[in-house]
Amino acid sequence: MSIPRTTHTKRVGALTATLAAAALALSACAGGGAAPAGSEGASGSAKADATITFIPKQLNNPYTDVVLGGGKTAATAAGFATANVVGPLEASASSQVTFINAETQAGTNAIVIAANDPDAVCSALDEARTAGAKIVAFDSDTNPECRDVFISQVVAKDVALIQTKLISEQIGGAGEIAILSATANATNQNEWIKFMEEELKSNPDYKDIKLVAKVYGDDDDAKSFQEAQGLMQAHPNLKGIISPTTVGIAATARYLSTSQYKGKVALTGLGLPNEMRSFVKDGTVSEFALWDPAQLGEVAAYAAKALVDGTITGAVGDKFTAGDLGERTIEDGGIVIVGPPTVFNKDNIDDYDF
Amino acid sequence: MSEHATVAVDTTASLADVAPVRGPRWYAGRDATMIYILLAFLAYAALSIPRFASPVTTGFLLLDVVPTLLIAMPMTLIIVTGEIDLSVASIAGLSSAVLGVAWASGAGIWVSIGLALGVGLLAGIFNGVLIAYVGLPSLAVTIGTLALFRGLALVVIGDNAVANFPKEITALASAKLGTSGIPLVILPVAAVVLVFGLVLHHTAFGRGLYAMGYSKDAAHFVGINVGNSKFWLYVASGLVSAAAGVFWTLRYTSARSDNASGLELTVIAAVLLGGVSIFGGKGSVPGVLAGVLLIGSLNYALRLGRVSDVVLVTVTGLLLIASVIAPSISAAVGRWRHSQRLRRHLAQDQGAEPG
Repeated sequence: MSIPRTTHTKRVGALTATLAAAALALSACAGGGAAPAGSEGASGSAKADATITFIPKQLNNPYTDVVLGGGKTAATAAGFATANVVGPLEASASSQVTFINAETQAGTNAIVIAANDPDAVCSALDEARTAGAKIVAFDSDTNPECRDVFISQVVAKDVALIQTKLISEQIGGAGEIAILSATANATNQNEWIKFMEEELKSNPDYKDIKLVAKVYGDDDDAKSFQEAQGLMQAHPNLKGIISPTTVGIAATARYLSTSQYKGKVALTGLGLPNEMRSFVKDGTVSEFALWDPAQLGEVAAYAAKALVDGTITGAVGDKFTAGDLGERTIEDGGIVIVGPPTVFNKDNIDDYDF
Repeated sequence: MSEHATVAVDTTASLADVAPVRGPRWYAGRDATMIYILLAFLAYAALSIPRFASPVTTGFLLLDVVPTLLIAMPMTLIIVTGEIDLSVASIAGLSSAVLGVAWASGAGIWVSIGLALGVGLLAGIFNGVLIAYVGLPSLAVTIGTLALFRGLALVVIGDNAVANFPKEITALASAKLGTSGIPLVILPVAAVVLVFGLVLHHTAFGRGLYAMGYSKDAAHFVGINVGNSKFWLYVASGLVSAAAGVFWTLRYTSARSDNASGLELTVIAAVLLGGVSIFGGKGSVPGVLAGVLLIGSLNYALRLGRVSDVVLVTVTGLLLIASVIAPSISAAVGRWRHSQRLRRHLAQDQGAEPG
């Protein structure tokens, strides 16, 4: 029954009030004495009060947490006064833009971002750079025009080679081996497998090693377990298995540890220390590899500091020191490689928690 | 018995004479309350959050709220009639995909934008026909088309993203008016807001929408063409959502099938916060404008203060619940005061006579 009450006067009044609100908001903005966001970050020399902001693809992801943990610790060590982490709850293309905008305005000196979409973040990053911020992409690159450097995890070939080296050591350089991969069309897996096959063929050290099977566990725990079982039955002389997938290596280790093959058939590949710890301690697995996600954050933080201090500009050939990790060089395309994968064994596995 | 009946009649008469029911003044209505809250918040943020009061804020904040503000306009009218449109964000995503694919396959940029808008129009017509003429419930239809249009967007563009739009056009989407920080795009958006405001508050069509929100049957009997009204609302919603999709694509320079996903909930939250009743029949464009700006500036202020997104989502949720509860509480208080008055008058009229 309140229809007749909503009088014309009320509407006009409300509209006027809204316009007044808008006018106030704008005048507040126009009249605000806030310094241009960039003025702080513009100076070139080393700064004591520099701030760094990490913008991951999304928050609350276990892998991201390890990366950010390394990044924040290193940021303090590198000399940033404050290190912030902001980011969206879901990894959509444009969700990172408002965070970049707010950080631009907050006058942060360095933004370290893992882009959900290489182009969607570009114009926001451009504004941040205009305001004086340095942009470091890590984990997932932006369009190269929109950042100063990109910190890349590892080189695909290194990942492949370290696994061939480990299996060769573990089987004494001779015998049948098999590969238990994820899915048949996983780009990264297939790239690694291709490098492994090339290396086995071309390197004389590996001439006695024979790759007899490639099977796919589809990154499914149960399926990988069955595939591992099947491999042992189909190839009774199998000396070793390479599983370049964290799901596959854990499932295979679980099968081997309860079978007669424990300690007789070697297993290596890419695994998470927390999942593999018990298998390393009970002797099922002696050594496996994976990059250390924390190192990604660390190198990114040191690169950001070097950019903010002006000791590097992001040009190819520039060098900076990433704390304990040592010197890193900017390579073609403004890319910095974090380094070779870390090898885990029973001596060092307790040092890692991820 | 007869005495009681007489008393009741007397009461009504005396109430009308002695205490005429006054509607809320413009400065005390619900829209006005929202505007006061918005003003208070802006003042608070400007004073207490470093760097909030700056032209940069105006620019970023207004650009952020543009898609929400655009879609909130037809959504306001639709919710006023007691219906809903959940497919808006999917229409925006579909139009983004169409824009990207058309541009990538060599069509001119304006032709591509035209195609994107045309697809939105078709999507709106599809919703409109099913709801207005087939007579299906809008909730069911638009839940369906929410999935359908997003699916079509995936069919159109797949997992790809189209990014190489002409620089002049994308620059236009985030261009600012001089040094004021006000985005250029706010001018057409203001025009859209004005048009929907005028339609809802100053036309017979608009009054009909309120009537439909109270009772569709009653609205039908007083000569309002319920079907046609609904149809045009969904067509408008489709077109405006597509425009929001085009803006989204150009602002982020990225046409993707997942653009604007989840936006429908933000829009509905802002509309409800702006005082539109989810049951229909109540609400206004100025109120919604204040609601959208309030949610937008709250989000921006919290981000500027580096408050975690988890907190932000929680705060927005609480605000929404509060905004839905507040009118119920004030209505309950109103009823209570009314019944108190009624009792007082009854007591006066009846004198000391026992009841």
